[in-house]
Amino acid sequence: MSVSDADVKKIAKLARLRLSEAEVVLYGGQLAKILDSMAELAMADTSGVAPTTSVLGAVNVMRDDDPKPFDDPEALLANAPERDGPYFKVKKVIE
Amino acid sequence: MDLTEFTAARIATIVQNGEVTAEAVAAAHFARIEKLDGTIKAFLAVTKDQALAQARRVDEKRKKGGKLGLLAGVPVALKDNIQLKGVETTCASKALKGHLATYDATVTERLKSADAVVVGKTNLDEFAMGSSTENSAFQKTTNPWDPACVPGGSSGGSAAAAAARMCAFSLGSDTGGSIRQPAAFCGVVGLKPTYGLVSRYGLVAFASSLDQIGPFTRTIEDAELALSVIGGHDPRDTTSAVNAPAAPAPAPKDLKGLRIGLPKEYFIEGLDPEVEKSVRAAVAVLKSLGASVSEVSLPHTKYAIATYYIIAPSEASSNLARFDGIRYGFIDKGATNLQEVYEMTRGAGFGSEVKRRIMLGTYALSSGYYDAYYAKAQRVRTLMANDFREAFKQVDLIAAPTTPTPPFRFGEKTNDPIAMYLSDIFTIPSNMAGNASMSLPCGLSKKGLPLGLQLIADVFQEKKMLSTARAYEAAQPFAALKG
Repeated sequence: MSVSDADVKKIAKLARLRLSEAEVVLYGGQLAKILDSMAELAMADTSGVAPTTSVLGAVNVMRDDDPKPFDDPEALLANAPERDGPYFKVKKVIE
Repeated sequence: MDLTEFTAARIATIVQNGEVTAEAVAAAHFARIEKLDGTIKAFLAVTKDQALAQARRVDEKRKKGGKLGLLAGVPVALKDNIQLKGVETTCASKALKGHLATYDATVTERLKSADAVVVGKTNLDEFAMGSSTENSAFQKTTNPWDPACVPGGSSGGSAAAAAARMCAFSLGSDTGGSIRQPAAFCGVVGLKPTYGLVSRYGLVAFASSLDQIGPFTRTIEDAELALSVIGGHDPRDTTSAVNAPAAPAPAPKDLKGLRIGLPKEYFIEGLDPEVEKSVRAAVAVLKSLGASVSEVSLPHTKYAIATYYIIAPSEASSNLARFDGIRYGFIDKGATNLQEVYEMTRGAGFGSEVKRRIMLGTYALSSGYYDAYYAKAQRVRTLMANDFREAFKQVDLIAAPTTPTPPFRFGEKTNDPIAMYLSDIFTIPSNMAGNASMSLPCGLSKKGLPLGLQLIADVFQEKKMLSTARAYEAAQPFAALKG
């Protein structure tokens, strides 16, 4: 199969990845090859087979939503590339 | 007396009874790191100050008459996708450079409570995506047995550090073989516990339905010891199982009554003849100990790579969405609006394999392709798990090669993603089924490179698998790295 430049750009947009033109070409070719190698999956007979959602058949784990103290919020904020006092700073999202 | 030659179990014993101090043990390992890691480059960070402080705390506790933990003074290295509070967790990615862990992973917490000493963070393929550790954004780790060869991956740094005795043992993570394959390449024991047996709280998620943490050790006893400390239920990981790992137990005197299956789909054309020969020789040893050996079939093995490279990238494309340049790590300062912050930060922060997998996963999950790829792969995954369920009705354990080839050289597979992906063909199925598996050394190639035997057990049958491995080790001691 072929993956066009437009396809690659659309996927990159969905994935929030900015790619160079060279990367668009590279990934287009590689994705096509990888997807080709996956075509064999169509040969597996999966009629009546349920998809695996949990390998151990786990069920939802519930607990009360009780807040617990975190002793060092400053350490969390210190990891932010941009901050303003006790806030994470982001670009304006509303015009 | 070279303290780096001691096993974790021995170190714990002699630190507990006061023959040596934890500080002396740590110092010996730091001297070893200084001597060797300039060439091997297993470590992304060496945490000497923290480690020596922890070692002194352990020694102090003993002096005051306190009872020391199971890993008293044992130097441990952590793959750099496992959180160690106050130290960088980078996942070998530019995207996380400078990110300091704000908490300990559950496994880290348990190691510390058992009085272990964390000596550093080890190199990996970026975000654990790869099979050679060549995808690290920062450095190439070399195989301690031959610097021209890769250590395997993704946990290449942890495998190399344990093999070269720069720590007594290390932890890695295994999503499609990332513990077992580098263990085979570096001549050490690598254990992938049953899905859910070890908490992933504080492990940076790659593919959450497959990821498991496990140890690299130089003996089976140490693997049992490490698992007994890090395993067991953790309420902070909702996929954590209630099962607890067993305590270490001596090697059984024989393997009478044990049924071992050889999957015919693993002994195929393309399997390196030296690998096949050494694995068959190892199976002959198990047979001489009394085990019975028969052929079994895992008919859906041929779909392993395709299934894995749909499911794992799909989950990764979702898990890695959190690296957006807002809360931690790298940001591209040239961005002028929020959309650009995301796109430019991620475009520049992630390396090429990570971007390839995010793209692949996004594609497989996107509208119009979901049923043909993701939903199909999830159904084939069920078939692969059923294969094992059927096989374990006939046999107790499965024995197979860990990898199709001996360790390969740098650059050999970097330009061909599919060739690199094939390196995991024998390890992926166990992750798909969530069962227990391990690699143990089974001799050297003609070039003197390590080869690995893989054992696979049904879910939560670690004890059976490890006791068989112990019997093998007693009969056929592992080749030790010289120097």
